[in-house]
Amino acid sequence: MSSDSAIMLRRNFKHTLRNPVAVFNAIIMPVVMMLMFVYVFGDAFNVGSGDYINYATPGMLMMAIGYGLSATAIAVSSDMTRGIINRFKVMDVSRAAVLTGHVASTMLRTTLAVATIIGVAFLFGFSPNASFVHWLATAGVLLLVIFAVSWLTVAFGLAAKTQESAGFYTVPLIMLPFFSSAIVPAAKMGPGVREFAQYQPFTSIIESVRGFLNGVPNNGQTLAAIAWSVGIAVVGYVWARSKFNKRA
Amino acid sequence: MASGLKKAYKDKVVLDGIDLDVRAGTTFSLLGPNGSGKTTTVNVLTTLLKMDSGTARVAGYDVATETKKVRSSIGVTGQFASVDELLSGRENLQLMADLHHLRGGEGTKIVERLLERFDLGESADKRSSTYSGGMRRKLDLAMTLVGRPKIIFLDEPTTGLDPRSRRTMWNIVRELVADGITIFLTTQYLDEADNLADKIAVLNEGKLVAEGTPEQLKRQIPGSHVQLRFGGVAPLDAAVRVLPGSTPDQESLILRVPSDGGNKSLRALLDRLDEYAIEVEEFTVHLPDLDDVFFALTGHSDAKSESTTEVIAR
Repeated sequence: MSSDSAIMLRRNFKHTLRNPVAVFNAIIMPVVMMLMFVYVFGDAFNVGSGDYINYATPGMLMMAIGYGLSATAIAVSSDMTRGIINRFKVMDVSRAAVLTGHVASTMLRTTLAVATIIGVAFLFGFSPNASFVHWLATAGVLLLVIFAVSWLTVAFGLAAKTQESAGFYTVPLIMLPFFSSAIVPAAKMGPGVREFAQYQPFTSIIESVRGFLNGVPNNGQTLAAIAWSVGIAVVGYVWARSKFNKRA
Repeated sequence: MASGLKKAYKDKVVLDGIDLDVRAGTTFSLLGPNGSGKTTTVNVLTTLLKMDSGTARVAGYDVATETKKVRSSIGVTGQFASVDELLSGRENLQLMADLHHLRGGEGTKIVERLLERFDLGESADKRSSTYSGGMRRKLDLAMTLVGRPKIIFLDEPTTGLDPRSRRTMWNIVRELVADGITIFLTTQYLDEADNLADKIAVLNEGKLVAEGTPEQLKRQIPGSHVQLRFGGVAPLDAAVRVLPGSTPDQESLILRVPSDGGNKSLRALLDRLDEYAIEVEEFTVHLPDLDDVFFALTGHSDAKSESTTEVIAR
């Protein structure tokens, strides 16, 4: 079963490499966004002490995770709407492999995007205060989040009736970081948006990562981030499985 | 070894109780118009859909309870080519070889052999999205063959293909049968079933309306006729008098004369018209097609039922 997943992962990754739009959205776009916020707007934001890039990097990591997802939703949807899924189903191939292959390739691509953002951040003067253990914790939280949103995105792809709408499903995941503490602290936002930003999952995740990178772990937000991620992963997984089984 | 498939089930009354019996090593054709339930039948037999009631055995295994064993003995090539468009022809075949867990050397050998056999060598490394319809179907079928299935389901394999690709596909099917593979073919073309099948079952609105060898079926069809168009009512009436068994249509000035379409009977027909000096404007030989089969078997033709719905829609 796991070898089938590996074959599917290879197939999906080949697809990604051959799809310039996917590569652009997943890797280049977050870098462009980062340069825009840090270089163009950065000095205009007053986020308290320190360099803006130190504040912004955790949020940019979140955006990097969100941007590539539409490619996954579209790929899953196109697998389902074209005949290829029936070929896999009729073959004696583990059915779960089709989905786990997509989750694995999404995680791989997103991890690459996150690593790129961290690299670019260092180029532009990012100076975290994290120990090795803090870095490990950061990686752990990010991987858990990536795993969770990958399953959710696979479910989006399965739920979408057409490929065109599949990409649209992931727009909330791209927009949510803007309404979180990614770019400016939630406390500085207008009423309504402020409350939303304070309690939405991405703020917890960003604050958790921010804590680790600053060397002052935020246990409350980390727990919330883990709870959100596990919740999203379970919802995504259950939804994806039920949609997959329903579609002939 | 397809020992026999039997089922009687209802699937939103898409299929209303069907019994099929296919012998191993033969070609069986399910013939019917669009929407008659051909693809649903294939989907049930290939484990893609569950039937509501009834039983089916494919390659000796129960479709409902021995799903895995059924899957490992069959191959399916659907109506819409299911190839991976972002991969090349070779990569598509290699993907199938990997999924069948063929070890390195063996997989590559099979891939190369299939590329050669299906004349895809030249485009093997181009993305399959650039392939023509005929090439895509060939690749699709080649992908099905990687797993060495005993039974192959071909769901409308030539729909939308040009005549030459169609011939190629027919030859490939014949070769497969020669290799001992059982073929379950669905088609909406009578000539295709006639050319390839040992046995044909005609499906209409989810029910089997006829079953037999191509010869048996054709005997049930009133057969070919000659269509004569005249310049006026007078020659039409004259022709009706001298040609027994013919049916005139006064409005379009057309006369239908039963005929086997052979040169002898055609010459006799023309001689007779000459003898009475009857002038014919247009002369067409009409061979039986699926429409005639349906007309004969169900009492209404597909085309006619379509035109009725059109009238209702207006």
